[in-house]
Amino acid sequence: MATAEVERKRGQLAALSIAVVVVLVGVPLWWRTTETYRAWLPVNQINELAELQLQLSVDVEVVFSRGTLMPEQQKKVPFTRTQEEAQKVDDDTTLRYRYESKYRTANIMEEDALKQPTAAEADLSLHTLSASPCGSVVVYVIPETSVLLPQGVDVYIGHRRTAVLRMGAPMSVGKNHKQLLAHLEPRITQVVQVMSFSHTDITAALSDRVRLSPGSKESLADSMRSFKSSPGYEITFSLLNPDPKSHRLDWDIEGAVHSYIQPLLTKLAPLANFSIDSQILYYAMLGVNPRFDSSLEAYTLNADSLAHVINPVEARLGSNAASSNPVLNFLLYVPDAHHSPLYIHDHQKQPVASNAFHSPRWGGIMVYNVNDLYGRGETPLPVNININMEKVMGVFLAQLRLMLGVQSSPAPPGFLVEPCGGAGLADWELDRLMWSRTVENVATATTTITSLAQLLDQIGNIVINDNIASQVSSTVTSLQLAVAELEAGNLGFALQYSKEAILASERAFFDPSLLHLLYFPDDQKFAIYIPLFLPMCVPILLSLIKIASEARQRRKLKQSKKD
Amino acid sequence: MLLCLTDGGIALFCVNPTSWQIIVFIYIYIYIYIYIYMGNVHSDKAGQFFNSGHTNNWAVLVCTSRFWFNYRHVANTLSVYRSVKRLGIPDSRIVLMLADDMACNHRNPKPATVFSHKNMELNVYGDDVEVDYRGYEVTVENFLRVLTGRLPASTPRSKRLLSDDRSNILIYLTGHGGNGFLKFQDSEEISNVELADAFEQMWQKRRYNELLFIIDTCQGASMYERFYSPNLMALASSQVGEDSLSHQPDLAIGVHLMDRYTFYLLEFLEDIHPSSTTNMNQLFKVCPKSQCVSTPGHRTDLFLRDPGRVLITDFFGSVRKVEITMETINLSSPMEPLPERINCTVHILYMCINKHIIPTAIIMYYVPRQKLLRDVFPCT
Repeated sequence: MATAEVERKRGQLAALSIAVVVVLVGVPLWWRTTETYRAWLPVNQINELAELQLQLSVDVEVVFSRGTLMPEQQKKVPFTRTQEEAQKVDDDTTLRYRYESKYRTANIMEEDALKQPTAAEADLSLHTLSASPCGSVVVYVIPETSVLLPQGVDVYIGHRRTAVLRMGAPMSVGKNHKQLLAHLEPRITQVVQVMSFSHTDITAALSDRVRLSPGSKESLADSMRSFKSSPGYEITFSLLNPDPKSHRLDWDIEGAVHSYIQPLLTKLAPLANFSIDSQILYYAMLGVNPRFDSSLEAYTLNADSLAHVINPVEARLGSNAASSNPVLNFLLYVPDAHHSPLYIHDHQKQPVASNAFHSPRWGGIMVYNVNDLYGRGETPLPVNININMEKVMGVFLAQLRLMLGVQSSPAPPGFLVEPCGGAGLADWELDRLMWSRTVENVATATTTITSLAQLLDQIGNIVINDNIASQVSSTVTSLQLAVAELEAGNLGFALQYSKEAILASERAFFDPSLLHLLYFPDDQKFAIYIPLFLPMCVPILLSLIKIASEARQRRKLKQSKKD
Repeated sequence: MLLCLTDGGIALFCVNPTSWQIIVFIYIYIYIYIYIYMGNVHSDKAGQFFNSGHTNNWAVLVCTSRFWFNYRHVANTLSVYRSVKRLGIPDSRIVLMLADDMACNHRNPKPATVFSHKNMELNVYGDDVEVDYRGYEVTVENFLRVLTGRLPASTPRSKRLLSDDRSNILIYLTGHGGNGFLKFQDSEEISNVELADAFEQMWQKRRYNELLFIIDTCQGASMYERFYSPNLMALASSQVGEDSLSHQPDLAIGVHLMDRYTFYLLEFLEDIHPSSTTNMNQLFKVCPKSQCVSTPGHRTDLFLRDPGRVLITDFFGSVRKVEITMETINLSSPMEPLPERINCTVHILYMCINKHIIPTAIIMYYVPRQKLLRDVFPCT
């Protein structure tokens, strides 16, 4: 009897100790060995950033020249005013615009500069006087009677960041300070909106985040035309010569790129890196047959057939295999001798002055006629032709500006905007581009990082390596800095931080290790674990149940003994 | 009975005619109506350019089966590839994944060809096929990497799907499948949940504007059941519980050449040219049960536009949006002489045209000024 008791006790002890080992040692060991390594992510900060609240600050300086202010108004100058405007785009995004305007009177040198005969010369001398940093605007107010601006023009916007505004008639403006501000402020705001950003520009930049229905065909076309913000772009210039037997073409592309395109790209260097190639393709035809127009004695391509020109040519164009940057193609087509001259007609059947067309997010094609450079039948073939790169680059530069998003909506009535000329880009156009790119980068980086956090949260068995966690942390830091710099009005720094943020977020999101390959439905998980654990657990559970039932029986016996 | 000719609700003239006058009158009315309608359509073409919201097209065509007896799956994929190229999408925007090489297979009695019609009418392999992922590179992992963009940095451009938020993507899958999965290489599977998640990740990163998903496998409709991202349209060759059948065997080659659904799809696409205005509703009617034996299915509830207004060429072709360049920049300064030779590397490509070797392309790569690689790439 005693041995049976000892045996039973030993059995109970064994079962209990096995159960203890399984629970205390086995389960944690199994948990640790089957868990995936997930480095810590700053999820709280990411969720904070998901609610994007951007504040854009512009520093405006308004300079009154002599004759614009009444004596009473003169007493109040210099003064500072701040205007704020809040716009709610959707549930997660709010924008605040802040215009800090400093009003002052012009000094002697500025007065001299404003006495120049034309606005362009005034602009040139004014530029040397004020050091306007990136993102700021300076507006010079001139009296109504001034002859600096031509008739009918109220505002002149130059190459740099200065504008010249013609004051209204003294009668209409009024005598005191309040009336002056009531007259000037809306006009100054309009000028600033043209030169830095307007609400429509910023909401267009947020299109990744906020899918607003486009207001009009023009705004849809604008948003589709320019490339999205990217760290680099590749530009390829191609010369297409379908008829090498007749034309031996010579183009000084290196010199043309250096003289005309490189200044623009150097100015755009803070935004992106550009790499340039050029190529010459022989026997490359257009995919469309042009029609002969006897009234013009020329061949014509009408607007509807232009869409089919690009595809056959694109198959022959090469691109740099090493980079994944977007490519801008600029093609110069010299028609063959049998189809010369070739003109492009628009939808109204009128010839196009530039003889060129472009395709959104792809590039442009220009047709260059050479038939007038040699007579028919007299000169021996092939004829040596030197291509006039100025004309060609004028068209390509305009198309390049469109592709990069520089061109903005047409100026409001009464505005005279100086064409950019050889520099390719005015300073205020660069500022416009920087504002919209910065906002776009910040919006895209926040969306990327938020969706990455959501994705990693949802799929439990993706491994999060340390490098991904560090990229995410650096994105969050850069984003916070970018938003702070935008608030402070430092556009250059804001753009830099936003670029760092977007690079880090893209690197984190597109990291090759974040691939969730194995999807285990729950029933499959059970099917794997049950054959392993069930045979082990059943004896333990049964013995535990037996111990528990015996203990309960003993307690009942004790109870009945007591009674 | 009074018959009145109206223009926009205003009665122009009314008559009390005899029966043949009525017939003449109706004829004239119909003619005028068609004339006005055609005029409207013609002027709307310009506006139609911006109806679809996409600026470029991509295609991802995948054949997932290996072994000689799965010849038809490779032929399926190559026929869609051929149509897509014919309608204008260039190789640089097509990712073609073929799990096995049928053209150069030892068992192919006609090497370097893949036929899709009986009596060897149509060689879909042709002269100009660029296969991006071949043989054992076609795996579930690589397919998902291509879709989500999570490729290692060393992957060349031709193997990447470099789409943006204005790209319309066509995805075509074929092979052996089942209820909720598609078999890759006879050794692994992709499930419909993984596919739906991959599309959601593409949407999160705005890697597509609209996506058309076509699958030709057994029980293909199960693969699009789990989609939940917006702007997806899906077609499948058979419903859950049905098998997709092959079209016809060729006795000379010894295998079935194509699957029914893709065969009729190819016939349908051969009638499409780059400027045709056929819409998606016609595509849904391809291969009815009488021809296909299985019931093709489609799913459009996630698609925002009306399928009747979506052109076939929005996905299968590459019709470019084009704008006339109105402005030019006046460059008055003459060209500056180059201070020093810009560094460049020169490649010359030759082609054989009319039995002469002729240089057809001279490519010069410039090194941007800030990178001083002049020691590495001297100009020749």
